[in-house]
Amino acid sequence: MKAKMPSKTILALALSGICVAGCATRPSDSETERTVAEMIKTSFRTRGQATVARLSQDDAQALCSKHAGELPKGVSDGIEKAQQATIRYPSSGKLMGDWREGERIAQSGVGKQFTDAPNRPAGGSCYNCHQLSKQELSFGTIGPSLYQFGKQRGASEAIQKYTYGKIYNAEAFSACSNMPRFGHNGVLTEEQITHLVALLLDPDSPVNR
Amino acid sequence: MADPMRIRANMTGDKVEVKVLMAHEMETGLRKDASGNAIPAHFIRNVTVTHGGKTVLSAQWGTSVSRNPFLHFRFKGGKPGEKVTITWLDNRGEKRTDEAVIAGG
Amino acid sequence: MGIQRVLAGVLAATLPCFSPAQQDTLKEIERYRQLLQESNPAELYEARGAEHWTRKRGPKSSSLERCDLGLGPGVVKGAYVRLPRYFADTDRVQDLESRLVTCMVALQGFAPEEARRNPFSGTGAPMITTDPFSGVGQRSVMTDLVAWIASESRGMTIAPPMSHPKERLAYQAGERLFYFRAGPYDFGCITCHGEEGKRIRLQNLPKMTNAKDAQRAFGTWPAYRVSEGELRSMQWRMWECIRQMRFPELEFASDASIALIVFLANRAEGGTFDAPAIKR
Repeated sequence: MKAKMPSKTILALALSGICVAGCATRPSDSETERTVAEMIKTSFRTRGQATVARLSQDDAQALCSKHAGELPKGVSDGIEKAQQATIRYPSSGKLMGDWREGERIAQSGVGKQFTDAPNRPAGGSCYNCHQLSKQELSFGTIGPSLYQFGKQRGASEAIQKYTYGKIYNAEAFSACSNMPRFGHNGVLTEEQITHLVALLLDPDSPVNR
Repeated sequence: MADPMRIRANMTGDKVEVKVLMAHEMETGLRKDASGNAIPAHFIRNVTVTHGGKTVLSAQWGTSVSRNPFLHFRFKGGKPGEKVTITWLDNRGEKRTDEAVIAGG
Repeated sequence: MGIQRVLAGVLAATLPCFSPAQQDTLKEIERYRQLLQESNPAELYEARGAEHWTRKRGPKSSSLERCDLGLGPGVVKGAYVRLPRYFADTDRVQDLESRLVTCMVALQGFAPEEARRNPFSGTGAPMITTDPFSGVGQRSVMTDLVAWIASESRGMTIAPPMSHPKERLAYQAGERLFYFRAGPYDFGCITCHGEEGKRIRLQNLPKMTNAKDAQRAFGTWPAYRVSEGELRSMQWRMWECIRQMRFPELEFASDASIALIVFLANRAEGGTFDAPAIKR
């Protein structure tokens, strides 16, 4: 049997075909968002210290993810202001520790991975992204070179405070910075940060010689 | 049983150039597993290469040789179509022999 | 030989790698990489993988020879460069590894969790890790299969399909995940792969939104990692990056892992596939 389809139906089918193709070129943002939220829920599992709770973003993380690439000035100012308020300075008031300790912390990239021992102190992973001392050739370039950081700036109280604050919470100075918020996120202790301040500012530190 | 070796034997000028890949753990005995137990040493001790009934290479290896070792050498006196035979023997007494035909240059 | 002379010898041997000029260090690394190309143990994995494909295994005692990797049952040549893709039978977008899980379940009768984890078979050595990849004393059938199947696309153009709505959705989701920052280090994929010409320590980082970088990166995985003495797959690459990002564990063959691979494969479209490669 040979059925003849009425021309209206053919037209309707053709139109719906165009619509399916046309509408499907890009899924809607809400559909994508739902899909991503579902993936984050179902594709990860807690292992060791790396729990799934780590995937719940705070405001800064959510905003930086959303505005990756083009960060509007208003958002960026908002983040920096909010992050500025999180910085806690050591109660002792002493911001400069021991640069030798600082060098050890800067070299170490361990900490917070599910393969790391949870009770072992984390390192600062500084050399992963920055040049620091002249002696260490194996340094990364995601962050700027910090060689001679203190020599160029001195070690005044204001500089010490800035340096400590920057390591404690980099986003207080530069919203959505690639640098982890080491103090704010509890990766490094206040004392460890003072050792890194010394590594950067102490005139005897290899960074400044 | 151990996996076969991958052997390439080619004439380069008047010499036979041999490249061998061996599948072996080459465990040093110095590493520890996730629960802190030492992983026992397991490595190739001897490698022997023969051609026409004559040994053309004999080597004693230790734990400093990498996992899945690669061996590259040349010897004189071989011709296309002839066979090269390679044998390794490891510290557990496990043994593997493979051969390849020499290809033209 | 006195210890001092041995030491001098060792120093002389290692010195060229540590010559003070950064340029020389990079040149030495490049030379080392070239030497590696001539002796890629990935071949050993490829040979095993080809055998696993035809070997009868699992409760159904069946081979994988009828497995459909997207180009029809049993077609392996060129399959890798056309993945990930949408599969009607599972109504899912799948990469090679998740697709192999499907085939191991459907054709060989393995339970899904069995197909997803190591070892499916092995050397009889005790299983030391529970990771879905090969490790100390542990061979992975999955890894071997991936090596062989990938090698059957060597030299071809990376061309993942992007016509099905679910493929587009996976791409969009993968892109969002690429920019997703979280965890105690505030990391996202973008942290390391968002700018051109950057390094972690001495390791060069590809900018994944840059076609040339993405093509080189996607086109050289799977790869034999000399430092680990193991062949590593694209699923492993995702799993390992996520671990270093201080995230919880990325589940093997999960939707998020596939979405990320869809995103990368599409950024790399048009590149030449040259894997299994060999890396430091």
